[in-house]
Amino acid sequence: MRPRTRLRRVAMYALLTALAAVFLFPMLFMVVGAFKPDALVLAEGNTIRAFWPTDANLDNFVGAFRRGRFGQLFINSAIISTAVVGLGLIVNSLMGYALARLPFRGARLLLLAVIALTIIPLEAVAIPLLWMMSEAGLRNTYTVQILPFIANPLFVYLFYTFFLGIPRDLEEAAKVDGAGPFTTFVRVSAPLAKPAYATVGILSFLFIWGQLLWPVLVTSGPDVRPLPLGISVFVTQPPISWGDIMAFAFLMTIPLLVLFIIFQRWFVQSVASSGVKG
Amino acid sequence: MPGIGPKTDADRNAGGEVAVSSVSAAGRRQRWAGLAFTLPGVILLALFLAVPFLMALGLSFTNERLASPLPTRFIGIDNYARTFGSSSFRQALGNNVWFTAIVVPVQTGFALALAILVNQRLRGVKVYRAIYFSPVVVVMTVAATVWLLLYSPDRGLLNGILSVISFGTLQSSWLQSEMMALPSIMIMSIWQGVGFQMIILLAGLQEIPEEMYEAAAIDGASTWQRFAYITVPRLRNTLIFVATVTMILSFRLFDQVWVMTRGAPLGNTNVMMLEMVNVGFEQQHIARGSAIAVIFFLIVLTLTIVQRRFIREEVD
Repeated sequence: MRPRTRLRRVAMYALLTALAAVFLFPMLFMVVGAFKPDALVLAEGNTIRAFWPTDANLDNFVGAFRRGRFGQLFINSAIISTAVVGLGLIVNSLMGYALARLPFRGARLLLLAVIALTIIPLEAVAIPLLWMMSEAGLRNTYTVQILPFIANPLFVYLFYTFFLGIPRDLEEAAKVDGAGPFTTFVRVSAPLAKPAYATVGILSFLFIWGQLLWPVLVTSGPDVRPLPLGISVFVTQPPISWGDIMAFAFLMTIPLLVLFIIFQRWFVQSVASSGVKG
Repeated sequence: MPGIGPKTDADRNAGGEVAVSSVSAAGRRQRWAGLAFTLPGVILLALFLAVPFLMALGLSFTNERLASPLPTRFIGIDNYARTFGSSSFRQALGNNVWFTAIVVPVQTGFALALAILVNQRLRGVKVYRAIYFSPVVVVMTVAATVWLLLYSPDRGLLNGILSVISFGTLQSSWLQSEMMALPSIMIMSIWQGVGFQMIILLAGLQEIPEEMYEAAAIDGASTWQRFAYITVPRLRNTLIFVATVTMILSFRLFDQVWVMTRGAPLGNTNVMMLEMVNVGFEQQHIARGSAIAVIFFLIVLTLTIVQRRFIREEVD
């Protein structure tokens, strides 16, 4: 019995590790490529040396900044993402809280409307929205990339269910102490809803940081262009330098990767909760 | 997808338990606060979701173009007729269906296998879990860019590996091959997305009580029997949810195709969303682009309704 279980365990680890290699090799390839002279990225691309940083240097990063304008595009993406996530957390949590805790006429109907709206994906409204924004003269701005994504029915609903679930005692106590609805929300309820804020913040950042379709429609030129569109342009912009492209790709991955490593538990929980709630 | 939540305070307060005047003043204050709290969200949702959605419906029956001086005219179902009459749209729709038919079962099955693997009590299993999930945090355009090079016919790593394991006999031109282009996109999509499904299924697995497996083991059930009679039925709702989300994502397919092929070769990787961008944006034909958006929405709506029906059956 003993040797058999040990053998099984070794086989299990071998399987897990082989799978890990499948998931990791493209990323490793990207990181190594980012540090290699451009010609070698291609020359060694189809051999085992693809994973060895031959003649490692930082030239590609210079290329990513100079030719790929990484700095400008990063600032664009950072402004857009920060605004969407920040304002979104405020707007969606206020609305979710009101639907759960502050009774007003039509609240029930509004809740139903929010639930119905969760079915409509961005793609279904992108073209008429493009037309609206174009008529309003808002193309090629930060505003056009921020405003449509602040309010999100799914996030309102996530906040709504979360606020329903927290105990009322503390809120009641604050009310007895004479706190108005806004003070109660800011001082008592919102701090209790930290997990909901983390979940929504992560999901919304993942979405907006990677968004491609909308920038394709509403931006032209690098002034307000975000990173995902930036890399798709960079890949087609001659002279194509795969070293620079890999450096660009690597730089673009760092922020999310760092966040993921620090907040791993939250990432996993927010993804899991997006399913379990369903 | 969310159902209608438990009773809100609005329902409870509607009973009117307390009628002291000072309390009703507080109640009035709450009602105003409720309206004020929801106002920004309501305005934004109306302006950027509800209104454009209704406009998609409306515009799809007109001749509207982007920045055109021509007056808008109602032209009936002409846009829909032209859309379904266009061979490139039909090819795109077919590619989406083909993509869905392969990716949904393969990715869901693979995600379930991974979830079971990382649900074991093994030292270090959390590290593997994080590794399998990590491609999810790589932005799709980045993943597509890296895979573009991996798929390169003469300099790509995948052909390098194929060549080594087949002693130089097997090679593919991947994205440039009419036959392999769409499957190539499927493979990289599964690689990037399977970790997401794995985590959702893992959460489902962890809700199955351990005792059920122990009892089944005592009764002499084999591993396979435990999987078929405990895991699958218990995970039914989660599996349906995951499969539906994957289906909807398959119809939303855009980023990978935009970066890797733009529909080439010969439209073999053309998909609905690319067609929508080409017609509605590149050709500036807002009205026909809107018709494609409406068709796309009807597909998503149908999938969502079918999913709810299946999940409800389980509850009954």
